[in-house]
Amino acid sequence: MKPSDLAALVDEPACSHNLKSKSGCARPKPGAAAGGCAFDGAQIALLPIADVAHIVHGPISCAGNGWDNRGARSTGPTLYKLGLTTDLSEQDVIMGRGEKRLFHAIKQVIDSHAPAAVFVYSTCVTALIGDDLEAVCKAAAQRWGVPIIPIDSAGFFGSKNLGNRIAGEAMLKYVIGGREPEPPPVDPARPELRVHDINLIGEYNIAGELWHTLPLFDELGLRVLCSLSGDARFQEIQTMHRAEVNMVVCSRAMLNVARKLKERYGASWFEGSFYGIRDVSAALRDFARLLDDPDLHARTEALIAREEARIDAELAPWRERLRGKRALLYTGGVKSWSIVAALQDLGLKVVATGTKKSTEEDKERIRELMGEDAQMIDDGNPRGLLDLARDTQADILIAGGRNMYTAIKARLPFLDVNQEREHGYAGYQGMVTLARQLVRALENPVWDAVRHPAPWTTLPEAAHG
Amino acid sequence: MAEIVRRNKPLSVSPLKTSQPLGASLAILGLDRAIPLLHGAQGCAAFAKVFFVRHFREPIPLQTTALDQISSIMNPDDSLLEGLVTVCEKHRPAAVGLLTTGLTETQGTDIHRVLKIFCERHPEFRAIRIVPVNTPDFSGGLESGFAAAVQAMIEHWTPSVTASGVQPGHRPRQINVLCGPSLTPGDLEALKELIESFDLHPLLLPDLSDSLDGHLAIDEFSPLTTGGTPVAAFATLGDAAATLVIGASLYPAAERLAQRTGTPLHRFDHLWGLEANDRLIMTLAGIAGCPVPARLERQRAQLQDAMLDTHFLLGQARLAIAADADLLHAACALGIEIGAEIVAAVTSCRTAVLERIPVAQVHIGDLEDLEQLARRNEAELLLGNSHMADVAQRLTLPLLRMGFPLYDQIGAYRRTWIGYRGSRQTLFDLANGLLGAHQQPVTPYHSLYSPKPDHRPEEHGYETATASMDRHGWH
Repeated sequence: MKPSDLAALVDEPACSHNLKSKSGCARPKPGAAAGGCAFDGAQIALLPIADVAHIVHGPISCAGNGWDNRGARSTGPTLYKLGLTTDLSEQDVIMGRGEKRLFHAIKQVIDSHAPAAVFVYSTCVTALIGDDLEAVCKAAAQRWGVPIIPIDSAGFFGSKNLGNRIAGEAMLKYVIGGREPEPPPVDPARPELRVHDINLIGEYNIAGELWHTLPLFDELGLRVLCSLSGDARFQEIQTMHRAEVNMVVCSRAMLNVARKLKERYGASWFEGSFYGIRDVSAALRDFARLLDDPDLHARTEALIAREEARIDAELAPWRERLRGKRALLYTGGVKSWSIVAALQDLGLKVVATGTKKSTEEDKERIRELMGEDAQMIDDGNPRGLLDLARDTQADILIAGGRNMYTAIKARLPFLDVNQEREHGYAGYQGMVTLARQLVRALENPVWDAVRHPAPWTTLPEAAHG
Repeated sequence: MAEIVRRNKPLSVSPLKTSQPLGASLAILGLDRAIPLLHGAQGCAAFAKVFFVRHFREPIPLQTTALDQISSIMNPDDSLLEGLVTVCEKHRPAAVGLLTTGLTETQGTDIHRVLKIFCERHPEFRAIRIVPVNTPDFSGGLESGFAAAVQAMIEHWTPSVTASGVQPGHRPRQINVLCGPSLTPGDLEALKELIESFDLHPLLLPDLSDSLDGHLAIDEFSPLTTGGTPVAAFATLGDAAATLVIGASLYPAAERLAQRTGTPLHRFDHLWGLEANDRLIMTLAGIAGCPVPARLERQRAQLQDAMLDTHFLLGQARLAIAADADLLHAACALGIEIGAEIVAAVTSCRTAVLERIPVAQVHIGDLEDLEQLARRNEAELLLGNSHMADVAQRLTLPLLRMGFPLYDQIGAYRRTWIGYRGSRQTLFDLANGLLGAHQQPVTPYHSLYSPKPDHRPEEHGYETATASMDRHGWH
């Protein structure tokens, strides 16, 4: 990737990080860095596309250590779950056989799996030795007649977040606009209904949570042309340019896709979240507002009223059990406020929230939700998190999987809200799952059992007493 | 003597192989108050960390020099120095494993030179033992990376006889045990108990059963390993009565140790099954100079009994196995010992031990190869890692999980496979895998001339004798 292209991705203008004097994503500190690389980010963003063969071009580490470790679900194809790599050897690296191996690897996967398309991810080593990914992909596509998409995602380009954007950029450059959508199917019950096309950008269908919100869109007559990339198919990505409105879901990572779809095709976009009752309703209202359809507007309000009433009733017993519990939330970016709202909906008190990847705008929303003296955590090193949990008398730590063992080794209840998790919390119905999981974590008798030392360690005192 | 069939396709599908930096990290994690530092991009460490967190269900100390595209090309040495300072300053570890990756090996970093510079510039960190290991991921795999790290520890930390005055047998009850990556924390616990039952003191190297056995420590947080072989123990290796090495991948490291210290060396490819464990017990009895404890005789008799109980099922059972070389060797040997047939043996990398595996062919390949071989050769039982769950589902075969990674079962990482007891349990589990699954009973036959009064021909129809014979495979 050219340095200028990379710089442009780092300086994403729609990201409010870049409105301040210090712009771009911060450089990680050697010896004290956490999180993945750009390759990791690019894969996370695209791997859920189910009917695509995802080939990792590099030596074994990049695919061998990490394949099939994400929770994205598919309604059909399972091709995306296969670990595919050129597994370059020392000879390949030294003698420059990488490109040739890649070319034949593409042929092999087309022959054995007939994929809708092949995505090829470059890695540090293949970038360093200068394999021409684009040329190989172009030649292979011409030769075999299958779309072959290069994703120039060497790990050292930067952070996971940047990798997300690289992935989005590749979709804009090579895939989106490649096909026109079919006319939407007619609902026999509502043949006159005006159906609008939308995209969900940055929705990965983790633990199947897209399936909590999809029925709502169906009911409103909103056709999700494509969810980038949860349970997506290659041809759905190709039609993304025809959406009237794009929602960037719970992440700034692929803002570049939304912004460029607006520039090139005029589709308006907004950022939103499906976590928490307030936010789900707000997202649905945003669609109705931007689509400017009075009938849709009325139907949306009716649906919201019905769903909120229904879910309030279902949540009542759970709220009873969760009221007043103190949660320490440590997650990044948009989730730093969107999950606050969800937890408050359930009656918890959020004692502090992480703001590592958050923007000024995010922080403003946190203050709106938690008050002016909201405690924000910038550096979430494990020791600091535990100290804070103790100082704030938190009952539970809610964070990403990497902090799970930090919490439980300290005998602190924990809930995973990041992408490796196994439960879907999105949508109205997701709130019930969230409540159930919170109660499960908080009320378990093991906390008592693990906080008591072995009985014999207190024996001498007992003998004296 | 097995024929080794090499990889013959450009694309690896469902890889079995994992990388050298991963294996070297694992070895470092078996040291006390230690942390591996991967010299590469952030992802190199992040993927390794997630891999082990999922396998062990434990927090895993692991850091990275976090190279970006400018530092990768212009000055990776500065990032390495900065990373070392940060790790040493922040955590005060006892040991740091400084490991390279594909990125820095391709770039050409000389970690040994940089480490020298670091030591000159930072005498304040003199007490911290840093071991540099070259672990490019474009060659070898988990096993060879693990072995490279163990060998580097021995080279850097074990004083030679001439330099230090250590003397074999100076500590007559100490037994050094070099433990390969095919041994689980449960295996290591069993091995320690076994050696202690001869009134010997085992010094395990590295000792994952003390760091990653899954225990709730009193301290609520540690950025370093909370157990494992103490670095100071390396100074005593030369005083031991003997060295055992378990796993052929560690033989070069063990030979290096024997060379430096002169301690007698006993090699064990694995400790699965009756024969291997008999040899271990005889060796220990010889070193200790005492009779074999009655408890072990009992365990041996129990294993023999289990072999009889399971041989009905496991005799001629068709096993398909995918694992790194040492573990593959162990599983094949146990299978052969019970009279099973190894119909597919797939491994990740070429190593010397493969030729000793008593099967016709060993394939260097991936889980796609395993699946095809298992299907073609009509396997009945699978042994391999968690990635094989999908294969097992497609083939509708039982899978006994072993190796790396194991993420879809709780506690699988610490299962005990070795010793008489571990071998017995493995036989039981293999036999139970076959019980109920894939029985091939005789298909009911409805006779034309002697139909049963309740038989309804409209449901089953009468078959001609020849059609029936075709179906039964007699033609």
